[in-house]
Amino acid sequence: MIKKEMIAMLLAGGQGSRLGILTAKVAKPAVAFGGKYRIIDFPLSNCINSGVDTVGVLTQYQPLRLNTHIGIGIPWDLDRNIGGVTVLPPYEKSANSEWYTGTANAIYQNIDYMDSFNPEYVLILSGDHIYKMDYEVMLDFHKQNGAEVTLAAMPVPLEEAKRFGIVITDENRKIVDFEEKPANPRSNLASMGIYIFNWKTLKEALLAKADQPNLDFGKHIIPYCHEKGAPLYAYEYNGYWKDVGTLHSYWEANMELIDIVPVFNLYEDYWKIYTKSDKLPPQYMSADSVVERCLIGEGSVICGKVYNSIIGCGVTIEEGTVVRDSIIMNDTTIGKNCEINKGIIAENVIIGNDVKLGVGEEIDNDTAPHIYNHGLVTIGEKTMVPNGVSVGKNSVVSGNTTVADYPDMYLGSGKTLIKAGDE
Amino acid sequence: MRAIGIILAGGHNHRMRELSQKRAISAMPVAGSYRSIDFALSNMSNSHIQRVAVLTQYNARSLNEHLSSSKWWDFGRKQGGLYVFTPVVTADNSNWYRGTADAIYQNLDFLKNSHEPYVVIASGDCVYKMDYNKVLEYHIDKKADITVVCKDMPEGMNVDRYGVIKMNEESRIEEFEEKPVVAKSNTVSCGIYVIRRRLLIELIEKSAEEGRHDLVADILIRYKGMKRIFGYKMKDYWKNIASVEDYYETNMDFLKPDVRNFFFREYPAVYSKVDDLAPAKYNVGSDVKNSLVSSGSIINGKVENSIIFKKVFVGNNCTIKNSIILNDVYIGDNTHIENCIVESRDTIRANSYYVGEGEIKVLIEKNERYDV
Repeated sequence: MIKKEMIAMLLAGGQGSRLGILTAKVAKPAVAFGGKYRIIDFPLSNCINSGVDTVGVLTQYQPLRLNTHIGIGIPWDLDRNIGGVTVLPPYEKSANSEWYTGTANAIYQNIDYMDSFNPEYVLILSGDHIYKMDYEVMLDFHKQNGAEVTLAAMPVPLEEAKRFGIVITDENRKIVDFEEKPANPRSNLASMGIYIFNWKTLKEALLAKADQPNLDFGKHIIPYCHEKGAPLYAYEYNGYWKDVGTLHSYWEANMELIDIVPVFNLYEDYWKIYTKSDKLPPQYMSADSVVERCLIGEGSVICGKVYNSIIGCGVTIEEGTVVRDSIIMNDTTIGKNCEINKGIIAENVIIGNDVKLGVGEEIDNDTAPHIYNHGLVTIGEKTMVPNGVSVGKNSVVSGNTTVADYPDMYLGSGKTLIKAGDE
Repeated sequence: MRAIGIILAGGHNHRMRELSQKRAISAMPVAGSYRSIDFALSNMSNSHIQRVAVLTQYNARSLNEHLSSSKWWDFGRKQGGLYVFTPVVTADNSNWYRGTADAIYQNLDFLKNSHEPYVVIASGDCVYKMDYNKVLEYHIDKKADITVVCKDMPEGMNVDRYGVIKMNEESRIEEFEEKPVVAKSNTVSCGIYVIRRRLLIELIEKSAEEGRHDLVADILIRYKGMKRIFGYKMKDYWKNIASVEDYYETNMDFLKPDVRNFFFREYPAVYSKVDDLAPAKYNVGSDVKNSLVSSGSIINGKVENSIIFKKVFVGNNCTIKNSIILNDVYIGDNTHIENCIVESRDTIRANSYYVGEGEIKVLIEKNERYDV
């Protein structure tokens, strides 16, 4: 009989709506990160580096890019005879067909998948965090303590603790209580949304709470296990961990990679991050190019000046253009004599000549100030920006735009230009 | 499938100097991210040739490592696949490959057990992009016995190290001379042949009986009057790597926009083993002009007119000029390297100064590396 000690379930169905136009057409785990990667590469690489070779990826929102990226798991060595990676979308049943209505509900609907591997432990991960973690060490901790549930938690500054789910533990890291976004936190250990369950415990909890609407791990399953008196432990993690949930935190996490020795180092041979690479050629720097403090992906051609930026694969930046503090994703082309400041430019964008992005004063975004802020200019995927136009700060542009969309050739700060039909 | 493929990858050449100590020419890193054999393999794959044998002999460790999985060239199929044949001792043979024809003879079962009517033979030390189907169609069209792909070299170029071909107006090969003292034309053989599988088996078996072992001298040249041997002219980029100078020049060609676009951006792509390296990183003080840089590299200094392969570290205040830095090289601070090829996995100490005077210098420096 097939037996896997621990299998992983990776929640990758969320939209990540606070990433605005970046997740209009792709799920958040499929958003590009760090030049050549996608966010889901980090948990997937952690799995294989930790010896977890069976991963179910739960998809729901806009799964196309995610599905093509994962394929049969070749880049992560997850193409296995037994186990490997399996994409698990919601499916129709003879009765009670439904979408995944919550994190734990998604897992509940795939009990058969997990049962088929007869696991001892199930690792629950989410597909939208940037970090490196050895889940095997966490499993050792879980076993040593005889825990039924272990959740990974990291210390955060006390003043920020009110934004997180906080766990309160005794001196042996056994959890005594929880607080969800507390006004006056009693501890600074924040839950990272990474859980190891004994499969027996998890299955029992999922079945018991099956009728709970929007069944969620943090809100329902963990409290249920706690009330039942199952031993719950917190595994303290002290490395780099970043929730790239907002455009600004996404931008910041990318920029942190540029540091001389970044806290999050992609160049470590013993903990490689794997991704599907469509492009192999080296990058070309022309005789007039200037690149400083940059990460640049395969096959890009740089003829302009690029400072402090993350450039994906297959990008072209033509001569006379100056790019600063920006993220430019795969296969985007930027014309001549442009100026790009604090831009987040998604994949397959074409920017004409003499375009200026991120100019003018800072004004709050008119439609979604909670998304488009901190002076960033965001350009959605497959957007065309015509020659000669300027775009202000905190603005967003998407779709096949023409000069007519830019009054006086200038889209002011805080403006939203999303062409109909492309939403 | 109409054809199977054979890639001759056993060769080395003393004119590759120190570079050939480490590997066969087919395994030479080319154009930043590739190895020489990737071009022939990708051409096979892109021409839908699914059953390909690579014949290796000279120092194949590096090549075998590169070919450890066939999936990068899309050969990991149920139908066909990639076969690597190194000489082996058998009950009735204990010879090395005594020549290209002998290499095929010793693996004749591969030919006999196939059912595809044609064979495309290519060598692993050429850089080019080609649809072999076009040659195959031409071959059938001409009712040829053997078709040899050839290329017109620039007028006045010394071609005495190639196989030189003279064709009649029908493109039938009339003269074929290997490394002639005085060349009678500037058309050279590219080492790519199309032939019917049964005919190849017949010719190879006959040559073996007669104790002849070379594909070019003992089959192509010997039979040129008797068999219908045609030339197919190739117009696109083609370079053969046989010496340090060729190697340097071929790499430097990739700094030209037309060559780069042809190989890097035009369909179909050239495939290679995926190394999972982080994007290249440019720190403060980096100044890179007219150069190719591959992933996993970290640049802190000045790089000009150079090819930086994968996982290279260039220290602060370095100057790299007109040079090729192969994979996984560490270059310490304040180092000056000019007109050099730096062998892979080298560690160059800080404050070093190397300039190739008159010719390209092959730099082999195995110092201790202290990993941070």
